[in-house]
Amino acid sequence: MSIVSSHAPRRGRNVELALVVGAVAIVLLAYLNVELATSGTIPPGTLTLVGGYLALAIGFHLVLRWRASYADPLMLPIITLLNGLGLVMIHRIDLANGKSIADGVALRQLMWTAVAMVIAAIVLVVLRDHRVLRRYTYLAGAVGFGLLLLPLFPVIGTSIYGSRIWIQLGPFSFQPGEVAKIALAIFFAGYLVQTRDALSVAGRKVLGLTLPRGRDLGPILVAWLASLAVLVFERDLGSSLLFFGLFVAMLYVATERVSWIVIGLTLFCAGAYVAYLAFGHVQTRVLLWLDTFSPEALKASDQLAKGLMGMASGGMFGTGLGRGRPDLTYFAESDFIIPSFGEEIGLIGLFAVLMLYVLLVQRGLRTSLGTRDGFGKLLAAGLSFSLALQCFVVVGGVTRVIPLTGLTMPFLSSGGSSLLANWTLVAILLRISDHARRPLPEADAPSPVAEARTEVVRMP
Amino acid sequence: MNAPVRRLSLVVAVLFASLLVSTTLIQYVFAADLNARPDNRRTLLSTFGRERGEILVGQTPVAKSVPVKDEYKFQRVYDEPKLYAHVTGSYSFFGASGGLEQAENSLLSGASDKLFYRRVSDLFTGRRAQGANIETTLDPKVQAAAADGLKGIKGAAVALDPSTGAILAMVSNPTYDPNDLASHDLRVVDRNSKALNADPDKPTLNRTINELYPPGSIFKVVTAAAALSTGQYTENSMLPGPRVLDLPDTTADLPNHDGRACGSTPTITMTQALAVSCNTAFAYLGMQIGADALQSQAAKFGFGDALAVPMRVTPSRVPAQLDKPQLAQSSIGQYDVQVTPLQMAMVASGVANKGVVMKPYLVQSVIGSDLSVIESAEPQELSQAVTPEVAAQLNRMMVSVVQDGTGKRAQIPGVEVAGKTSTAQHGQGRKAHAWFISFAPANDPKIAVAVIAEDGGIAGSEAGGGIVAAPIAKQMMEARLNR
Repeated sequence: MSIVSSHAPRRGRNVELALVVGAVAIVLLAYLNVELATSGTIPPGTLTLVGGYLALAIGFHLVLRWRASYADPLMLPIITLLNGLGLVMIHRIDLANGKSIADGVALRQLMWTAVAMVIAAIVLVVLRDHRVLRRYTYLAGAVGFGLLLLPLFPVIGTSIYGSRIWIQLGPFSFQPGEVAKIALAIFFAGYLVQTRDALSVAGRKVLGLTLPRGRDLGPILVAWLASLAVLVFERDLGSSLLFFGLFVAMLYVATERVSWIVIGLTLFCAGAYVAYLAFGHVQTRVLLWLDTFSPEALKASDQLAKGLMGMASGGMFGTGLGRGRPDLTYFAESDFIIPSFGEEIGLIGLFAVLMLYVLLVQRGLRTSLGTRDGFGKLLAAGLSFSLALQCFVVVGGVTRVIPLTGLTMPFLSSGGSSLLANWTLVAILLRISDHARRPLPEADAPSPVAEARTEVVRMP
Repeated sequence: MNAPVRRLSLVVAVLFASLLVSTTLIQYVFAADLNARPDNRRTLLSTFGRERGEILVGQTPVAKSVPVKDEYKFQRVYDEPKLYAHVTGSYSFFGASGGLEQAENSLLSGASDKLFYRRVSDLFTGRRAQGANIETTLDPKVQAAAADGLKGIKGAAVALDPSTGAILAMVSNPTYDPNDLASHDLRVVDRNSKALNADPDKPTLNRTINELYPPGSIFKVVTAAAALSTGQYTENSMLPGPRVLDLPDTTADLPNHDGRACGSTPTITMTQALAVSCNTAFAYLGMQIGADALQSQAAKFGFGDALAVPMRVTPSRVPAQLDKPQLAQSSIGQYDVQVTPLQMAMVASGVANKGVVMKPYLVQSVIGSDLSVIESAEPQELSQAVTPEVAAQLNRMMVSVVQDGTGKRAQIPGVEVAGKTSTAQHGQGRKAHAWFISFAPANDPKIAVAVIAEDGGIAGSEAGGGIVAAPIAKQMMEARLNR
């Protein structure tokens, strides 16, 4: 007889609490830094604001204790810290623009943070098991593609600063792409779990690559066309890259076939190249990317150049929070919040921020590894990878790794839709991680099946 | 599905690694290039946004940064701008230009390595970086006297303390208003700077250190010093002073200014020759001692040295290759001998200081924003130009110039003044430059002066230097000696 020792795995909720308090303490320090550097005084509302933020984070922590006690203990502290730092930077740029806390963007962002945390908590409470989501695979797909292409429709779709990735409903403007990211991840996960056998087994071997059958190419072609439509009509390389990349990555995870990556990359490069040849706005983006400081590029936009000069002025250690001039770059609080951080907390600080994202993504991927069901695995991998890809697209865009896009930095950038979507995304990851880390029911416990009476006919 | 997830995390690692590389390139590797870009407003704002140190004359700031409400935070203000324009230089959008603003830019802006420990402590105390203050050696009374004397005259005046080399006055005319360039309105700065650059009189040029002039007769002091240093001559040596000196190897000859012999006798003493500024006698003397002796004597007075006071001084020069006629011309400060007014003040100051030329300097001390002295000038010997004995003879010879010769207008009652006049020709048909170098009191010199009035001479007369330049030098010496 082998004895299966059953030890209770560490839940890590106390660690999480300590880290959350630590994260808020860092945010408080950053806030005081900004205030002391700009006005030299500590404003009277400090305790209320930071206390409120701490209360929100601890509230979310309590929801985890209550409903997902085995969830990953690092995710909440990380996003609490990122979201808080984002708030501080947005406030700092408000100050530079001469706005007080009352009429600035930061207060609105704080309210959105509260809303996002509440909604994420509701998701955790309502969604007891992530596998439920699999039931809504095709609904999620319809919603995802619908949201993705929604800005193209007249009246509600609006073009803001060249990219048509916004919808306008009355006074509210919304970037539906952020929510679409989650819906599409659910759709891809559900769809690929069903079809992975067909997509991974059949096919011919050519040059060491097992190529799929022609009729199995359907889904990837649809995804490709949709992403090209986003690129061309919404003029947004970022969203296009994000969705197609997400799809190809999940396809690869589901099928374990490298050929899908090769096919995907080839398709994307070909599509992007054709778009480059055909559309002026794509050419402008590429010019700005490759030759940022040429007179023609500066004439088109000096935003990227200004962002780069801001980062350079920060150097290794940064000017210090509140002491740089990030407000000289347009959208310093949203698309260009990374250069703002680079300028004020330096290369070292920026590395630390990037490492927070790496850690968050890594926790997500670990969740994927630990999950027992295929759907959960795919979903966790997809959501984590979408975060990583989005960070790459945003930071790569402002540091000239790839052409600049209009995406926002998750948790840092100003914008309500982005916060809502990313908090919800992490809520789903937390739900899956709770499932992954939760110990299996004791083997010798009487199984419900053994207890159940045999049914011959189900009575209504 | 775990294997591809692991590989996916590798992809994530590569993505983030590329971001670490790209941010490092921007914020570290190419940061300096990006910061140095002319269109980088942050660099401009951070230099303008810094409280730049003051430039002081005595205890009074002549250049200071005043807090203002615009985004640059500080406005550079020049008090008595025209009087000190060439000393301060200007500080504008285009950077520091000329004068101490440029030469001591890193100290004034606070970027200098000399302020390193202060900057480190600023880093920890969170104090805003502040530039150091520069205290000049100038004597405001001498400076004012020089500017007053040069009013309406194109030229330059410079005064030294012979025993230390401290610059007591530095005036160049015409002058300009550095406030015109310090405006925060880019268009105004651009217009004013274009106008200044287009002015044919070059008002921004510091004539005391950056313009080369033919010295004419004041160079005879150098010739005399070279001759006395050979040991074969004394102040009483007899020299021929004919009406015209026949130059060898050429049909040209060298006349005296007034076309007459220098004395009633065929030969005169060297003292007499200097007092009446006898061309033929000194041309003869130069040819006797040779080009090498003349050149090395000039070098000992500082000719050819690249000095920084701390503004760069254009080196003065005696041509290297001289044939006999050229040597004769050079001995009386003509041909291609080129000097700055500062260099000639150094010659006077070397004679005054018993043969020792002190290194000229304009910065007395560098004072931190907390009033601590960061640096204090130590007088340095540049060279022993002549022996004390030769210096004493030259001193007496120059006294006789003022007492009995061409420099009578520099006489100060009750003070023995030593000097030398010059009317330097520079091209046919143009008015000669009027020069005067001097020091006083002759027995205990407190000030050495060089003054030039461009085109101030009277053609065909040696009187120019004595009439136009000597009174200016006199005013400056009086200001120093409280007369």
